[in-house]
Parts: sequence; structure tokens; C-alpha cells
Amino acid sequence: MTIVANERADTVEPTARRMITPNDLIMFGAIVLFGIVGPLLFPNYTFQIAVLWLMVLFAQTWDVMGGQMGYNSLGNIFFFGAGMYICTVTQIGLFTDVGLYTSSSDGGSFLFTPDQYYIGVAVGLLFAAIGSSLLAVALGWIVFGLRGPYFAIGTLGIALGAGELVGAWEWVGGGGGIPIPVYPGSGDGKSFFYYCLCFGAAMATFVFLKWLYSTRFGLAINAIRDDEEKAEAMGVHTMRHKTVAWAISAFFLGISGGLFGNMTGFIEPLEVAFPAPTFGLFMVAMALLGGKGTIWGPVIGAILFHIVKEATWTYFLGWQWVALGVIIIVNIVFFQQGIVGWLQEKYPAWFGIEVEERPSGVKGAAE
Amino acid sequence: MLDNLNLLVLAPFLNVQLLVDGLFIGAIFALASFGLALVWGVMNVKNLCQGEYVIMGGYFAWYMGAQGIHPMLAMPVAAVGMFAFGWVIYKMIISRVVEKDMFTSLLATFGLAIVIQQGLNLAFGPEVQVAESGYSTHTIPMLGGSITVAEIRFYSFLICCAFAAAIIGFMKMSRMGQAIRATAQDVRAAKVMGIDTEQVFAFTYALNAAVCGVAGVLISMIWVIQPFYGITHSIRSFVVVTAAGFGNFPGVIMAAFGLGVAEQFGGFIFGAEMQQVTVVGALLLVLIWRQVQMARYRQAVQ
Repeated sequence: MTIVANERADTVEPTARRMITPNDLIMFGAIVLFGIVGPLLFPNYTFQIAVLWLMVLFAQTWDVMGGQMGYNSLGNIFFFGAGMYICTVTQIGLFTDVGLYTSSSDGGSFLFTPDQYYIGVAVGLLFAAIGSSLLAVALGWIVFGLRGPYFAIGTLGIALGAGELVGAWEWVGGGGGIPIPVYPGSGDGKSFFYYCLCFGAAMATFVFLKWLYSTRFGLAINAIRDDEEKAEAMGVHTMRHKTVAWAISAFFLGISGGLFGNMTGFIEPLEVAFPAPTFGLFMVAMALLGGKGTIWGPVIGAILFHIVKEATWTYFLGWQWVALGVIIIVNIVFFQQGIVGWLQEKYPAWFGIEVEERPSGVKGAAE
Repeated sequence: MLDNLNLLVLAPFLNVQLLVDGLFIGAIFALASFGLALVWGVMNVKNLCQGEYVIMGGYFAWYMGAQGIHPMLAMPVAAVGMFAFGWVIYKMIISRVVEKDMFTSLLATFGLAIVIQQGLNLAFGPEVQVAESGYSTHTIPMLGGSITVAEIRFYSFLICCAFAAAIIGFMKMSRMGQAIRATAQDVRAAKVMGIDTEQVFAFTYALNAAVCGVAGVLISMIWVIQPFYGITHSIRSFVVVTAAGFGNFPGVIMAAFGLGVAEQFGGFIFGAEMQQVTVVGALLLVLIWRQVQMARYRQAVQ
């Protein structure tokens, strides 16, 4: 019953991820098609579908560390919140005084012209991405000497601590939060605008990671996952690779944070920006549900998870969190390789994996 | 912040007051951390729902208090109830993650923590609760009346000491304690020697839950409980055990006292709302310090 997913992964995956199989193209085509048709078919759910793309982005960026590099972070949500705050402060700070704006509940009745708004969002997202990456590099110094559970707990601590600290920082609104500049246009226009950005961000992340995993860098971070000491002995500069991988995660998470802040219209440290027990845990759960360490796992896991979550939210009012916890436990205890990991073992040909028959040959049959 | 620091310098007795408060609180942290040190050391499970067990224990006391029974009497009930609960959880979930890698146990118990939090929330509501012990108004003057200690804190300190002694005695002398220590040293060798390690694991985990339950009863009388307050207690336990190293009971006690004192001073100097930051800051400091320590041997903290 128990198959060590990693054991299979080191033998078969590197060849598989170098090429783009027809199935990859079909899947990608289907997702892009849904991305374009989805909001047209279900105009009332545009916001939800936009959040779905952010979830896809979350799971993928978590998987860079957790799945491909074997560093299970519980605190990646920190970069989401950091990006959100950097983006907002940039948007405001470009045109008015931040302290003044945040100290009043209605944004100091400062009105952004459309030009100011769009420039603010563009520059803000750029700063959010770069700022989060720099924070990742800086934090890497603190946490990359930790392994396994210590790394997970340490990163969780960073995310929890950041929420509390930002809550005490009056210049960025403290615990009261900041109202985001108002979109110059109709509500539908706003949701369409941010839908496109979210969809674009998720797809850009996917394409970038698909390319990244096919490079030498992808192999190096896999080597770190499989055996860090050996990788180092083989000449992989592990610290540099780990830092860059985390910075890549942070780059995309920063963008997603900036987008989410603008979509909700109001940001606040504990529930919106640094929600370690909700989004922070979801990204782990989604990647595990789909199958960590695979390119499609996080995407499929995120889509399924989001749909199930929204359904339970609607129909099991009050019990949704219990259901969620149970899903996570069952997933991690009984079904650790995830959906795609399971499919990959069952039908390796779908993923362009050629399994060499071994004389001992029990690996595939062990299931 | 500077005003508060100034106050500490001007009034030395305040330091003593904070120190004593910290030690008394630290004793309870030590109790909750004992179990984690055991579970971590014996079966290598990182129990992230430690704090939730504490809060569950607290609800035993609060519920009995609400029925007109003195919350102190809830202690044996909580211990037995949590022991049974821990046993069931072990059989259902933990026994399946013991063999797997460490992140599995961490995440499974994180999921369990969410289930417990939300279950408590559904059962008792999200209000902040306190178990009325009836002691809390009295104070015992110490050192000529310049500092005061709430009576309940003094009693719980004594109870913690008694429990710590009982656990250490149990581990040293009883047959089960010997079996636990043998399993902690080498699971396979213990099996060869005829120890039913599965039984030992289940007992250790259940004992952890029971000890947490007792700590929770005390915390519900001294502080407040709420379904979502568990995570802070979990992190405290992790700070203490990470600083002390698992299986090192004297170290756990010292680290817990240290954390209690640090939290009291941090809360006083930076303000009460920064108390959780102090806990997390302590965690990061301990982790950095461990890294520096291990870097001397060119090794990672694992």
C-alpha cells in the first residue's frame, strides 16, 4: 500500500518534466479556455473564479519549496501579506502622505484620478513582487539552516509574528487596516480588470515554473530535496539555490497579495493579509491534495479544493471548518501522494514517463 | 516603551514581581511542554495540537464550574477524559503517521488542531471564558508586602511541582516508564526485547494529552480560555522543547521558567498586545541560537 512517492520521483521524473506532452497541452488548453469562458458563463461568480486563480497560484508557489525542494514551509503566507502591504503603501505613497491617509477611516477623503490609480497599481504590484523577493532573501538567512519540522515551525512563527507586528505599526494603519484606493469605474469593470490580472498571474506562474523545472535549476532543487548533503557534495550551492527558489515563490506571492488587497478593497493584518490558519494552510493542503512535487498536482488540487470549499461553505454552515480539517487529515494520513501523484503511478504513460522494467520489478506492483 | 523601562529601573520591586509572576506562569508552561518533549522524544511526532489539548482541558474546568462544581475538582476528570481522548486519537490518526516523515505528523496534527478548535467553537461558542476558582481575589503578600501573588497562582505552582515530580518518578521507577525510555532510545531494540512499542506509543500520547488537560484546568482558572487560543500554547511548547532538547526534563523546566519570565517582561515593556509577538520572537531567537550552535559542527538543525 505504501509507496514512497519521492523514491519513484527521483527515478522517473527528471526525464518526464523536460518535455511537453500532448496531455499537458490539452490540460493547459482546457484551463485557458475555462479562464476565458468561465466569467462569461458565470458573470456572478467572477470574483470567486478570480480567487480560484489566486489559489492555483498559491499552491504552485508553495510547491516550489514544499514539493520540488523538500522544504515544507507553513509561513509562505507571509509574502502574500507583505506584497499586499507593499503594494497598498506604494499606491498611496506615490500620490499622498501615507501616515495621513491611513490614520483616517475613509482614506482622508483623498481621491485618486484614474491615471493615478492605474499607475499606482502597476508600480505597486512591481514593488510588491520585488519587495517580497528581497524579504525572502533576507529571511533565508534566518531559516535555511533549519530542516524539516524546525523549518516549518520557524516559518509559521514568522507569518504569525508579522501579522501581530503590522497590527502594532500605526503608520500602515495598525490593527484597524487601510481602505484601498477606489477603482475609477463600475463594479463590473473592476471585477473584470482584476479577473484578468489574477488569471494572467496564475498562468504566468504556471508557464514560468514549467520552464524552470525543465532547467538545470529544477534538477538542482530536486537534488536538494532528495539528499541535501549529497547535493552539496556534488557541487550544488545549496544555500544559493534555496534562497533563489524562495525568492521566486515570494515574487509571485507578492503579486497575488497586491491583487487580492485591491480586489477586497480593505486590508487588515490578521484576517486579510497574514491569515496563516486559512490561506496559509490552504496552500499546503491544496498542493498535497493534488500531489506535491508534480507540475499539475497543485493546479488540480487548488481547483478541486476551492470548489469543495465553496460548496461546503454554502451547505454545511458552521461545520465547514471541521470538514476542512477532516479533509486535511484524511488527505495527509491516507492519501499522501495526492491525485496526480496517484495517477502518475497508475498511468505513467499519460505523463510521458517511461517506466523501465526492473528485474526486481516490484515497485509498480507494490500498490 | 521607554517609560515602562524607566519604571522598571526606578522601582526594583516591580522586577521581582514580574520575575515571580513569570516563574509561576512558567511552571504551567513546563507542564504543557513535558508532554510534547515526551511525544517528540519517544515517537518523533511533532504534536501541533498541543495547545488545543490544553484548551480542551480548560473547558472541562469551565464546564464543571458552570455546573456549580469547583473547577479544581475537574483536574482528575480532565486527566482521565483527555487520556481517553488521546488514546483514541492515537489509534485513529497518530499511529498511521509515526512511521512517516516528520512533516506528515506536523500537518496531520495541524489539521487535528483545526478540527478541535472548530469543534469547541461549535460546542461552547467563541466567547472568552474563565473558570471561577473563588481564589483569585485573595493575595498572599510576600517579602514584606511589596509584591503580591494571587492565591490561585501559588496553588497551581504547587500542583505543577507535584505533577513534575510524579512524572519524573513515573519515568524513572515504573515498568511503563522504563519501557518508554527504552523505546525512546531505540524502537527496534525495544521491540526485540519484548516491549510492545505500539502500546508504549499509545500510552505516551495519551499521557501527553492528560498532562496537557491538567495544565489546561490550571490555565482556565488563572487566565482565560477561548477555542482559538490554542496555537499560542502550542508555540510556547515548541519554544520550550526546542530550547531544551527533547527528553531533557530539567532543561524543559528551566526553559519554561525562562519563557514565562521573558513573556512577563516583554508584556510589561512592550504592552500587553505584544505578548504573542514575544512568544514568537522567543521561538525565532531560540531557532537562530540553535543554528549558531550547530553551525560550529557544520550541521543543520533537524
